[in-house]
Amino acid sequence: MPELLIEGARLIDPFNRLDGVMDVAVSRGRIAAVGKTLEKEGREVLDARGKVLAPGFLEVHAHLREPGREDAETLQSGLEAALHGGYTAVCCMPNTEPPLDNAAIAEAVAARARELGLADLFPVGCISRGREGRELAEMALMHLSAARVCAFSDDGSGVQDAGLMRRAMEYVTAFGALIISHAEDAALSLGGQVNEGAVSTAMGLRGIPALAEEVMVARDLLLAEETGCRLHLAHLSTARSVRMLRDAKKRGVPVTAEATPHHLLMSDRDIDGYDTVFKVNPPLRTPADMQALRKATGDGIIDAVASDHAPHTLEDKEREFDYAPFGVVGMESVFPMLYSELVLTGALDLTRLIELLTSGPARVLGVPATDYGMGIIVGARADLVLLDVDGTWTLDAREFASKGRNCPFHGRVVKGRIHCTLKNGKIAYRAPNTGSA
Amino acid sequence: MAESRHLLDVDDLTREDIERVLESARSFAEVLRRPIKKVPSLRGKTVVNLFYEPSTRTRMSFEVAAKRLSADVMNFTASTSSVEKGESLKDTALTLEAMGVDAVVIRHPVAGAPWLLRQWLEAAILNAGDGMHAHPTQALLDLFTLCDRLGDLEGRTIAYVGDILHSRVARSGIKACRAMGMEVLVVAPPTLLPPAELEGVETGHDLDAVIPRCDALYMLRIQKERQEEGRFPSLEEYTHLYQLNPRRLGKARPGVVVMHPGPMNRGVEIASEVADAPMAAITAQVASGVAVRMAVLFTLLGGAEGGERVA
Repeated sequence: MPELLIEGARLIDPFNRLDGVMDVAVSRGRIAAVGKTLEKEGREVLDARGKVLAPGFLEVHAHLREPGREDAETLQSGLEAALHGGYTAVCCMPNTEPPLDNAAIAEAVAARARELGLADLFPVGCISRGREGRELAEMALMHLSAARVCAFSDDGSGVQDAGLMRRAMEYVTAFGALIISHAEDAALSLGGQVNEGAVSTAMGLRGIPALAEEVMVARDLLLAEETGCRLHLAHLSTARSVRMLRDAKKRGVPVTAEATPHHLLMSDRDIDGYDTVFKVNPPLRTPADMQALRKATGDGIIDAVASDHAPHTLEDKEREFDYAPFGVVGMESVFPMLYSELVLTGALDLTRLIELLTSGPARVLGVPATDYGMGIIVGARADLVLLDVDGTWTLDAREFASKGRNCPFHGRVVKGRIHCTLKNGKIAYRAPNTGSA
Repeated sequence: MAESRHLLDVDDLTREDIERVLESARSFAEVLRRPIKKVPSLRGKTVVNLFYEPSTRTRMSFEVAAKRLSADVMNFTASTSSVEKGESLKDTALTLEAMGVDAVVIRHPVAGAPWLLRQWLEAAILNAGDGMHAHPTQALLDLFTLCDRLGDLEGRTIAYVGDILHSRVARSGIKACRAMGMEVLVVAPPTLLPPAELEGVETGHDLDAVIPRCDALYMLRIQKERQEEGRFPSLEEYTHLYQLNPRRLGKARPGVVVMHPGPMNRGVEIASEVADAPMAAITAQVASGVAVRMAVLFTLLGGAEGGERVA
């Protein structure tokens, strides 16, 4: 294998607190050297001057739809989308058909992903059998299986029974797994389509109140405090949830949380007509909620950015608002959107954004560093992303590797692009029109 | 509406637009009093009634209106159609487009469906009620009825009473009344009010306190399923607090107008004696419906081409 030299990039590595212009040499899939000026001879040179080199991103929350809805996404299209978005590892949520609620299916999915050799896959298992919220799934067997499931969630719906959630949290403390909470009280969100408030009133749609999330966030924070279980709050969307998270962290509750780009960049005021591309769960909230999330993302209370990548077919989305499914695709627009809208506007610094996409999610998941998370040091696996922070381009969902086209940012003119993504030292994705290495 | 080919909600209309439609409806009301109640204004035009929700009254009202204008009318009722075979709204729209229809009157249980339809159709779209969102022709016919009874509406007060939360009649009606300079109150138990304040509208829970202030009382239909949703404990309790009965009506201003979009639950939101009293304009609303819908169809389909208004 010819060696590769990535020359002159600004290296930002939150794992090792590195920030500076360096050369990086890659050999046999691993980082062979990091230094000011490395020897070029015998190495293929990737001119990275003016660009930013970071560890490959870790997606903490994606829906890859396989098995069951391969028309919407497959492991192949989803993991290719990940590489296009700069991600070298992805956690997939278990709300497939059938759901990932036992070791056999989790192993099958993990094995299929390994076979594909694209981004790494960390499957998340179900908390309850069939995601029905009635009895515990065999979480320990999933954890001990070859799939090494380390996080559990009934994502897509909240665990309504507080007793079951308590047992799940108690149970997984035996093997140190993570519980991911989709906080939604179904009795409060029942039939809702958009955030409850002025917009739902004007649109004549049933509302999903902020309370539907907050009631369950409060409950799960209390349960985590009581059981000592590591809890991760998925896709937080309200100012009051953020306030509760902040208080809980202050008290030492073992909790982390994620925010999505769509909740950070849009509010219910942005819903354009009845375009179902804006239909997400939790719904786009008020501008005040969006501001609270941004603040918490900037000051470290939110630990990770998650795309909550939720591909749907055109037929499924191109329907009456009540009938269309919730969700947007995200992995291919996360970096350019957040870079353009938050970093370039001064709301977030670039290093912090990269943290939210790399070391933040790694800390949330607690995946072994050998799998992900050594950063850019000699001996680490060369899973890297090279970011073009100057180029201006137009986000075109039709060009996504994901099968999903349900992107609310389609058509936006953005800055910041994934120049290329390296997986195990090989260029696994390169932006079009960027020439060869 | 002058610029738009569609009538999706009252928001599309300026006060001048509304006044023009009402004026036009007055001439059509005159036509409806003639022995031959038909004019050739929309001869050769095709209007489709696309109903995804059963509503005999509204469908018949639109059908009669179109026929009185000499348009060809087709009725498409979802339960007996391709929808049962799984056809999407988009494919239905494309089929209608291919047939070259001129106007589609759509009633749909989901808010926003007429806006979707607009993306796929060249024809004029008339919203005949979408979910709990909007019902603009109802709002216009209510204004027509109010003008008929009260004359100038500027500065007059109307109260909408009952299930405001789920009512497209109230949502569009409130906007229309405000556009005409009326003061609007809403009266309901808190569980039947929208989660956000309606702009420029005073909200209350006590019907008795509100009645003496009003020139018009608009009673909304109460559906039993709201009780099943737990929004109030029983019809008896609702009736006790919010029914317009002769005792309450006795406190109203002289000349008060009582309205209801129909069909009524006699004995629930409105007592029979009140429904049948002279101040009730409920059948007048139905009659206004045909003239107003003729005016809207004419404005959208015939007006621009200088079609003949009244033969």
